Amino acid sequence: MPILVKRFIAALVIVLLLIAINQYMSEEGLFGFGAPPYYARVIMLVGINVILAVSLNLITGFTGQFSIGHAGFMAVGAYSSAYLTVYYAGGWERSLTGIVGGNPAHALIFLLAILVGAVTAALAGLLVGIPSLRLRGDYLAIVTLGFAEIIRIVILNIDKVGGATGFTVPGYTNFLWVGAFAVVAIVIVFNIVHSDIGRALVSIREDELAAEAMGINSTRYKVLAFVISSALAGMAGVLFGHYTSFLSTNDFQFIRSFEVIIMIVLGGMGSLTGSVLGAIVITVMPELLRQLPGDFSRYRLVVYSALLILIMLTRPQGLLGTREPGFSWLKRARRQRG
Amino acid sequence: MDTFVQQLINGLTIGAIYALIALGYTMVYGILRLINFAHGDIYMVGAFVGYFVAFQLGYANGPSLVGLGVVLIGSMVVAALVGMAIERFAYRPIRKYSRMTTLISAIGVSLLIENLFVARLGAAPRAFPQLLREQSYSLFGNAAISKSQILIFVVSILLMLLLEWIIFKTKVGTAMRAVSFNLNSAKLMGINTDVIISVTFALGSALAAAGGVLTAQYNPQIDPLMGIITGLKAFVAAVLGGIGNIPGAVLGGLLIGLAETFVVGYGQNAGVPSTFRDAVAFAILILVLLFRPTGLLGSTIQEKV
Repeated sequence: MPILVKRFIAALVIVLLLIAINQYMSEEGLFGFGAPPYYARVIMLVGINVILAVSLNLITGFTGQFSIGHAGFMAVGAYSSAYLTVYYAGGWERSLTGIVGGNPAHALIFLLAILVGAVTAALAGLLVGIPSLRLRGDYLAIVTLGFAEIIRIVILNIDKVGGATGFTVPGYTNFLWVGAFAVVAIVIVFNIVHSDIGRALVSIREDELAAEAMGINSTRYKVLAFVISSALAGMAGVLFGHYTSFLSTNDFQFIRSFEVIIMIVLGGMGSLTGSVLGAIVITVMPELLRQLPGDFSRYRLVVYSALLILIMLTRPQGLLGTREPGFSWLKRARRQRG
Repeated sequence: MDTFVQQLINGLTIGAIYALIALGYTMVYGILRLINFAHGDIYMVGAFVGYFVAFQLGYANGPSLVGLGVVLIGSMVVAALVGMAIERFAYRPIRKYSRMTTLISAIGVSLLIENLFVARLGAAPRAFPQLLREQSYSLFGNAAISKSQILIFVVSILLMLLLEWIIFKTKVGTAMRAVSFNLNSAKLMGINTDVIISVTFALGSALAAAGGVLTAQYNPQIDPLMGIITGLKAFVAAVLGGIGNIPGAVLGGLLIGLAETFVVGYGQNAGVPSTFRDAVAFAILILVLLFRPTGLLGSTIQEKV
C-alpha cells in the first residue's frame, strides 16, 4: 500500500477517534454511552500529560539534556494565555462573532491563546536555554530547576494574574482541543526525531564531543530542541489552565516537573510510544490507587518514588527503551519510499 | 528596622546551617561526582529524629542541656545510618551506570523520604521541644543575639573543626581525600573504596542532621517538606564555594545566608517582596554557573577527550 494512502487512513482514523471520544465525553454520549465525569477528567489529563511527556522526551530523551524545569514553561504558557483570555478575549470574541459567527469566533480566540502560550513559552525556553545548555548534566538539571522556581515565584508576585490567590480563567478546553493538539505534538516530535535534526540530537546525546568533531553545532541544536520542547509545554499549559479554569502557581511546582520525568523514564527515554505509554500509566495509576481500601491513597507519591528508584535499579532504560512499536508500520513505509 | 549588625548575625546563623548541609553535598560530590538530591531530606530526618528522641526520652518537658546533647548525638547517629543505607541500596548498585540514572535515582530517594514522612506523619508542622532556656543577649547597637543562635555558632564551629581533624589528621580522612582525587588509583593503593564512600555519606549525613536539630531549636517548627528548599540552597552554597571543595562549602554557606538575609532585609525598602527570599539563592546559582562554574574556591578542570 503506498505511503500516502497509509497516511491518509491513519489521519482519518485518528480524526474519527477524536470525534468519537469527544462525543463520548459530552452530555449526549456516544451511541448512548456517556462518560462519567470522573473518566472524562482522567482522559483530559492523559491528553495533556501526553503533550508534556512527548515534549520533555525531545530534550531529555533524544538530546540527553536533563531538564527539570518543564513545569515552569507550562506555567508561562498557561499564564500568558490566561492574561489574553481574561482581559482581551471577551471583547475580541464579540467583534469576531459579528464577522464569522459564534462558534468559529470562540475557536479562533482559543487558537490565538494557544499560539500566544506556545510562543511565550518558547521565548522563555530561549532565555533559559542559551545560558544553561553550556552546562553539564547535573548542573543543567539544577539550573533548570532553579529557573522554573524563579519563574513560578515571579508569577506568584504578579497581581494582574492573581498572585497568591489564584486566577480564574474561562474554560475553553474540551477533549477535541486536547486530543488534536496531543496528536499535533506527537507528529511534530516524531518528524523532528526522524529527520536529520533528530539524528544530530541523538548524536549529541550519545557523544557530544564526537558530534562537534563531525561538525554539528551542539549548542544550536540543543537550544532548538529546548525551545521546541518548551513551546509544546506551554501549549499543554494553555490547555491545562483553560480546563481547570483556575490557575494557581501550586500546580506548577517542581513536583509537576518530576511527574513528567517519571513518565518518560518509565516509558523509555528514547521512545515516543514509551512517553505516551508512560503518560497514560502515570496519569491513571493514582486514580486506580484511589480505589484501594483504607488509606493507601496517601501512599501514592511513595509508590511513585519507590517505582522510580526500582526502575533505575532494574531497568534504567524504561519499559520500551528506544524502541517504537507504535510507529514501526509507518517507518517501514518510509523506508520503502527511499 | 533591624540594624546592620542584626542582619549580619541572622545571616551568619542561617549561613552556618547552610554550611553544615553544604559540607555533605560537597564531600559526596567530591568522591562520587554525584549530587545527592536526598541530602536535604537527611537534614529534615535529623530534625524529626531529634523530635522523637526528645519525646521518647522525656526531654520534651523542660529545657535541659543534657537532653540537647543526647538529642543532637542521637539524631546524628541515626542520620549517619540512614545516609549509609541510602548509599548502599540506592546508589551503589547503579554506580556503573550513566550519570542520569544515578541522578534520577537520587531524585527518587529524595521524593521517597519526603512522601514517606508525609504519609506517616502528616504534612502539618510540629513544634520541636525547647531544650534550651531561651534568652536574648543584647549586643552593641540595637542588635540582639539569642541563646539558640549562639548554640548554632558554637556547635557548627566545633563540628567543622572536628571534620577538618578527621579529614586531615586521620587515616580515614587521608583515604577520603585519595578517593576524591582518583577512585581507581585509590583502589590500587589498597583502599577499600566502598567503606570509605560509606564513611563519607555517614559524616555528611551526621552534619546535616546536626543542622536540622540546631535549626529546630532556633525555629521550632518542623515539617516533612522543610528539607527541600533548604537542601537546594545548601547545594547552591556548595556550588558557589566550588563543589568538591570543603572550605568552599563553608564559605558558600555563609555567603548564601548573608545574601539571603540582606536582600530580604534591605530589599523591603526597594520594593523586593520577602517572597523573593528563595529566589535569591537560585539567582546566585545561575550567576555562578554562568560566570564562574567551578565556584569561588574551585579549580578549573580540563575535559580530556
